[in-house]
Amino acid sequence: MEMLRVEGASLRYQAENGEITAFEDISFSVEKGEFLSIVGPSGCGKSTLLSVIAGLLPATGGSIFVKGERVRGVSPHIGYMLQRDTLLEWRTIRSNVLFGLEIRNALTPDAVRRADRLLETYGLADFAQMYPRQLSGGMRQRAALIRTLAAEPDILLLDEAFSALDYQTRLAVTDDVHRILKSEGVTALMVTHDIPESISMGDRVMILSARPACIREILPVDFGAPLAPLERRSHPAFGPYFDRIWKELKQDE
Amino acid sequence: MNEPGVSEARAAYLMRRRRRARNIRIVQVGILAGFLAVWEIAARTGLVDDFIVSSPSRICSTLSEMIADGLAYHVGVTLFETLAGFSLGAGIGLAVAAALWWSDFASRVAQPYLVVLNSLPKIALGPVIIILAGAGTRAIVFMALAISLIVTVLEMLAGFRATDPGSIVMARTFGATKRQVFFKIVLPSNLATLFGSLKINIGLSLVGVIAGEFLVSKAGLGYLIVYGGQVFRMDLVMTGVILLSVMAAGMYQAVSALERFAARRFGG
Repeated sequence: MEMLRVEGASLRYQAENGEITAFEDISFSVEKGEFLSIVGPSGCGKSTLLSVIAGLLPATGGSIFVKGERVRGVSPHIGYMLQRDTLLEWRTIRSNVLFGLEIRNALTPDAVRRADRLLETYGLADFAQMYPRQLSGGMRQRAALIRTLAAEPDILLLDEAFSALDYQTRLAVTDDVHRILKSEGVTALMVTHDIPESISMGDRVMILSARPACIREILPVDFGAPLAPLERRSHPAFGPYFDRIWKELKQDE
Repeated sequence: MNEPGVSEARAAYLMRRRRRARNIRIVQVGILAGFLAVWEIAARTGLVDDFIVSSPSRICSTLSEMIADGLAYHVGVTLFETLAGFSLGAGIGLAVAAALWWSDFASRVAQPYLVVLNSLPKIALGPVIIILAGAGTRAIVFMALAISLIVTVLEMLAGFRATDPGSIVMARTFGATKRQVFFKIVLPSNLATLFGSLKINIGLSLVGVIAGEFLVSKAGLGYLIVYGGQVFRMDLVMTGVILLSVMAAGMYQAVSALERFAARRFGG
């Protein structure tokens, strides 16, 4: 089932020193449960593309459909994860996790039970009454993911969501997040500048050109069996994928 | 007194910390006591003229005379005026800062006015305020408000503007309205700024009230001080000043207590 379709999307914005085209004529679609990685040279507008898909910024051309429904304004079908966990320090972990539901006036007993179940399933139940500063970086990022999932998004957008973590935590958190997303059956789009990360998590990798960004290639990633990100990194097929993406990206320099 | 599970080094460390905290307190009290003693001795031996600088014992006797002579009324007047000016300054300041945060256009328009009003010595407006508000409590409260308002607006607005943009984007991805962003992100993340500015405001409101009472001269500690100066009763002036510092300290402690309560309540 098609979850997301982007049709000829483009974004042009006015800055003081002129008109800037962030991306142009981007078209692709994502199936339910799929994980799409997006890589591109830095400053190519890949994060802006996510903001447009989330409905935070209106596209200046083309259209975006989530579950066949055109996106106008912030879509309730979409969850968004940023580079930093942005947990609110004055709220407990549980209260942070319920934040999205609270904003949407959707704190029904069912939704709260679901959020508590997520905390329980992903090992945060014991930390529910603690404050963010009492948790490690990896735990905080997991709490931020659960906050996003508690609002039951159909599509999760990850904007460099792991780049603020140190390398070791990052490897552990990507495994963690991958597992959670697969078991919850969430469709995901992840923007990253880290090629190994894009291969280790994605079912496909979309490679963008320098600004104005357009799609160079959408590369299916196949390891023959469902592998966790860490297992993929040590698989013999990993290297060739890396070389291929590296070469594509180097063409822009 | 080695508790089980606590190493000797740890116990020694805790002991050092306790001793240090106690020493700080002892020196603090010592300075005050020493100052009072030197003052008293210098006054009694005629080293300084106790007609001009008074002395602790004279202040004590003045204080007991005044308590019999309606001191509570003057303290009450000043306290009420300060609290009124303080609450109005904090409330209106917060509201104006919120409005300016809300509208970037308005805040840009207001910018030069805020800068000028901030550096203007508001006390210079005293005569105008008295003519406008009448020579009474209203003028005095107005004066306290004038002095504390602009600082509150500037402090709070700077705090609001410095709110972590990541948290605001996060709220917006859940579809938060501007109102929700303000009440659920911007305001709670500025609790420390708010209390910081309240603490400054206590002092400023007191300045406004005393300056107002100097001008209006009807009641209150400011009136007592001016009156004492005019009839050359320095005991009265000194007693007034000491009562003012006690009042300022008390109000500061009250705001600190409120801050601790808010921090517990909001986990800050």
